[in-house]
Amino acid sequence: MRTTLTINGATHDVDADPRTTLLDALRNHLGLTGTKKGCDHGQCGACTVIADGRRINSCLTLACMMDGVEITTIEGLGEPGDLLPLQDAFVRHDGYQCGYCTPGQICSATAMLDEVAQGWPSVVTDDLTGDASLTDAEIAERMSGNLCRCAAYPNIVDAIKDAADRTADQREAAE
Amino acid sequence: MTIHTRMDDADRRNRLDDMAQGVLSTAMDRPDGPLKVSGRAPYAHEVQPEGMLHGVFVRAPRIGRVVSLDDAAARAMDGVETVVTDDRLLRNPAQGTANEAPVQGPREVFYVGQPIALVVARTFETARAAALSVGVEIADAERAPVAPQDYDSPDKKQSSQGDLDAAMRDAAVTVDRMYTTPAHSSAPMEPHAAIAEWDGDRLTLRGSLQMLKFNRNELADSLGIDPKNLRILSPYVGGGFGSKLGVAPEAVAAAIAAQETGRPVGVALSRQQVFEATMRRSETRQRVRLAADAEGRLTGIGHDAWVSNLPDESYSEPVTQATPFTYRGENRVIGHHVARVSRTCAGSVRAPGEAVGITVFEIAMDELAHAAGIDPVELRRRNIPDRDPTKDIPFSSNMLAQALDAGAAAFGWDDSRPAPGSRREGEWMIGQGMASAVRVNNLAEAKARVTLNPDGTALVETDMTDIGTGSYAILTQIAAEMLGLPPERVEVRLGDTDLPPGSGSGGSVGASSSGSAVFLACQGVRERLAEAMGVAETDLTLKDGQAIADNRSTPLGDVIDGPVEALGHIEPGKTSKAVRQATWGAYFAEVAVNSVTGETRVRRMHGTFAAGRILNAKTARSQCLGGMTFGIGMALTEELMHDARDGHVVNRDLAEYHIPVNADVPQITVELLMEERDPWTNPMQAKGIGELGICGAAAAIVNAIHQATGVRVRDLPATLDKVMAGLED
Repeated sequence: MRTTLTINGATHDVDADPRTTLLDALRNHLGLTGTKKGCDHGQCGACTVIADGRRINSCLTLACMMDGVEITTIEGLGEPGDLLPLQDAFVRHDGYQCGYCTPGQICSATAMLDEVAQGWPSVVTDDLTGDASLTDAEIAERMSGNLCRCAAYPNIVDAIKDAADRTADQREAAE
Repeated sequence: MTIHTRMDDADRRNRLDDMAQGVLSTAMDRPDGPLKVSGRAPYAHEVQPEGMLHGVFVRAPRIGRVVSLDDAAARAMDGVETVVTDDRLLRNPAQGTANEAPVQGPREVFYVGQPIALVVARTFETARAAALSVGVEIADAERAPVAPQDYDSPDKKQSSQGDLDAAMRDAAVTVDRMYTTPAHSSAPMEPHAAIAEWDGDRLTLRGSLQMLKFNRNELADSLGIDPKNLRILSPYVGGGFGSKLGVAPEAVAAAIAAQETGRPVGVALSRQQVFEATMRRSETRQRVRLAADAEGRLTGIGHDAWVSNLPDESYSEPVTQATPFTYRGENRVIGHHVARVSRTCAGSVRAPGEAVGITVFEIAMDELAHAAGIDPVELRRRNIPDRDPTKDIPFSSNMLAQALDAGAAAFGWDDSRPAPGSRREGEWMIGQGMASAVRVNNLAEAKARVTLNPDGTALVETDMTDIGTGSYAILTQIAAEMLGLPPERVEVRLGDTDLPPGSGSGGSVGASSSGSAVFLACQGVRERLAEAMGVAETDLTLKDGQAIADNRSTPLGDVIDGPVEALGHIEPGKTSKAVRQATWGAYFAEVAVNSVTGETRVRRMHGTFAAGRILNAKTARSQCLGGMTFGIGMALTEELMHDARDGHVVNRDLAEYHIPVNADVPQITVELLMEERDPWTNPMQAKGIGELGICGAAAAIVNAIHQATGVRVRDLPATLDKVMAGLED
C-alpha cells in the first residue's frame, strides 16, 4: 500500500504492508532509527514523534493514516555540532544514560513545552484557567508517559527546566 | 608492549593524583551524548543490511513437550521464507560469564513463553502474523512445579559461627521476622535484539549484549562454530541491568536463520518476550534474626533465604552475599535454600544478592532500632565492625560511618525518633526512613589497547560495552588524564570483539576493570615517552599535548615520530581474598502516605555513597540516581506475577509491570565521597558504583512508611492494599 509521508520537511513515498505502524515505517522502511521501539504498545513513550505539532506514540499509529501529516522525528530536531537547546541541556544535565528512551523524551518534551505555552493544564496544575508554571512537579507529571529505566528522571526535569529558561531568556532579550 | 598487573598487593602510589590534565573525576559530559540526544547512536536492530529478513518467535503456550508444530499456514503466507525449528535454538539465555552455550533444544518446554521456533519473512508484519498462525501441540512431560514447593539446602551455601540460638536467648532485644520480595524484571528500554549476517563461514552479529568476550564463546558454542569466525558488535546497548549478560535466544535464532536463508536476519524481541524469555530476579523469602544487647550492639545475626530457579540452572540469587561482613555479631547463621520451578529463568538483575538481601536486612535493622529505642542511624554506627567478622580479615576500606554521618547531615535527618504516625498534613501522614547501602566490590580480568599519535590524538580500544554506565566517558577521561590530552582529542572504540577483550559490563566491575586496563596501557605509552626523553616515567608530566620534564616542555610530535601503542592487562590477584572489599553508602527518604487511599509518595530522597576514586562525578551520580529509582520501584510497585496454574508471567508488559515513571521520583539528591582511595582494588583505587545505589534503597522507603503510619510492610512491594490493611488493624 502506497503512502506519502512528510517527515522532517521531506516527502517519502512508502510502499508498505497496511499493518505497518508509523514506527516500523520509520525504522524498517526509511532508515530513520532515531525513533525507538520499546514496547510497541504505547506504554513506554520511546517511539514518541511530533505529528502536526502534537506528540504521539508512533507505535500506535498506522503509517497509512499519516498521509498529509507533518511528522517531526528526532532526526529533524538537531544534529551533533548543531544541537537544539533542549538536546544540549540533556547532554549537560546527563538527562539519559543508555540513551534508548532519549529521542522519545526529547520529542515529547519539545511538544510538551508547546502545550504549556498554549496554557494547557495538567492534573497537577493549581489554576486550570491561568498559565501553568513550569515547576518540577509539572514537568514530571507531563513527562510521565516517557519511561526511563536508567532513571534519569531528576536530570530530565533539570534539563527541560534549563532549556525552557534559556529559551524564555532569549525571547525576552529579543523583545 | 604489554603492561600487565595482577592485583597481589595494595597500590598506594595513587598515580592518577600525580597527573596534570585535570579531567579525571570531573563531571565531564558524555562524549557519546550528542549522538544519543540526536537519535544517531546505532543500537542492535538499527544497522539493517540491504535485504534483511525479519524473524519473530513462536511462543510456547504451556509447559511440556512439543509434539507437533503446524506451520503450513505460516509457510503459505506470501513473504514467509522459512520456519526455523533447529535443535540449537536456546531454551533460555546464558547466565553471566557462562562462556559456553546455555541449555538448548526448544521442543522441551520448561516455562510458558519459551521460544520454540522462529518464523522468518520479508517484512516484520508478515513474520508476526505468521508466527501467530503456527499451531502448537504440547503434551505433558515431567516438569518441576510452577510454584516453589520443595527446597534444597546445598551444604556449601550454609554457614554458621558461634551459637545464634544462645545469642537470641540471652539478648536484651531481638528481631525474628519473615519477609518476602517478589520476582523482578530488568526491563531495559531496548528490547533484546540481534542482526546476523554471514560471509562464507564468518558470522557478524550486531547484538544488545553486556559482556562480549563471553558472549562470543557462548554464541559460537551454541552454533557449533569456531569463535574466531564470529564477530559481535554492540557499540550502544539500550540498558542491560543483568538481562543482557549472557547470549540470549534472539542472537542464536538470528544466526541460524541467516545461515538457512543465506540472507541477513534481524530478530527483535517484543516487550512481552523480554519479560517471559530473558531473565527474572528470583522471588525471595527471607528470615532475619537479630540479637542485640540493651545498647543495640548486635551479638547474633541469622539470615536465611529461599529462592527459585529452573531445574539444572547453577545460578541462585545470592541474597546473603553482604550479610557476613556488614555488621558486627560473633554468632551468625546464614542459610540458602533453592526450589526448582517451571518459570522464566532466574538470573542477574541489577545487584544480584544485595538488591533484595540488604533491603530486607535493613528493614529488620529498622525493626531492631524501634525495639531497642535507638535512633536507626546510631544503631548502625554502633554495629560497624573493625574487621570482616566472618573471615577475620581487614576491610580494604570501610566508609559506612562517614556515609551515615554525611548523609544524615545532607538530608537533615530527624534523630528525635518521633512516634510513628505522629506527623500529619491533612490526610497525608509523613515519615522519614533510612538504610545503609552495601555492595561487594570485585575486579575482573580486562585488556585494552591505547595508541598515542604524534599529532596529539589518542585511540582507546577494547570490547568493553557502554550500557548507559558511562564507559565512553570514563575511559576517555582516564586516557586523557594519563596522556595529558584534552578529552576531545581521545577517541574511544568499544563493543567490538575484534578489539582487546575488556571486562564487559556486569557486577559493577566494568569501570574499575576496563578502566585499569586503559590506565595500564597508558602507563606503557608514558614509559615509551619517558624513554624517548631520557627521564624516568615518574618524572614526566603530560599536559595539553606537551611532554614536560627537566624543565623542558616539548610537543608530543617532537618526542615521537610515529604512533606509540601499548596493551594494558589487569588481573585480579591476592587482594581479592586478603581483604574484604566493598562499597558503602546511606539512604534517607521522606514519604507521605495517604490515610484514605494508602498511596505512598516519595517526597524526598537522598543517598551518600563511597566507591573509591570516582572517575566521573556526573555519570557516577547518574548511576546512583538510577539505582535509587530502582529502589523506589522495588519498594512500591514492582512485582512480577506468575499465574498459579501454569506459571506464566501475568503482567508481561510495561502497563502491568510498574517501573517508576517521572512523577514517582522526586528530585533525588546524591552525594559522592570523592576523597576515598581504596589501594586494594586496582591501580586506580576506584571501585564499582553501578549497583551500589539499589542495595538497600527500598528499605529507606519502607522504613519511612513505618515512621509515617506505624504500618510495617514485610511483603514487598508496599502497595496500597497492604498499607491500608495495616492502617485498619
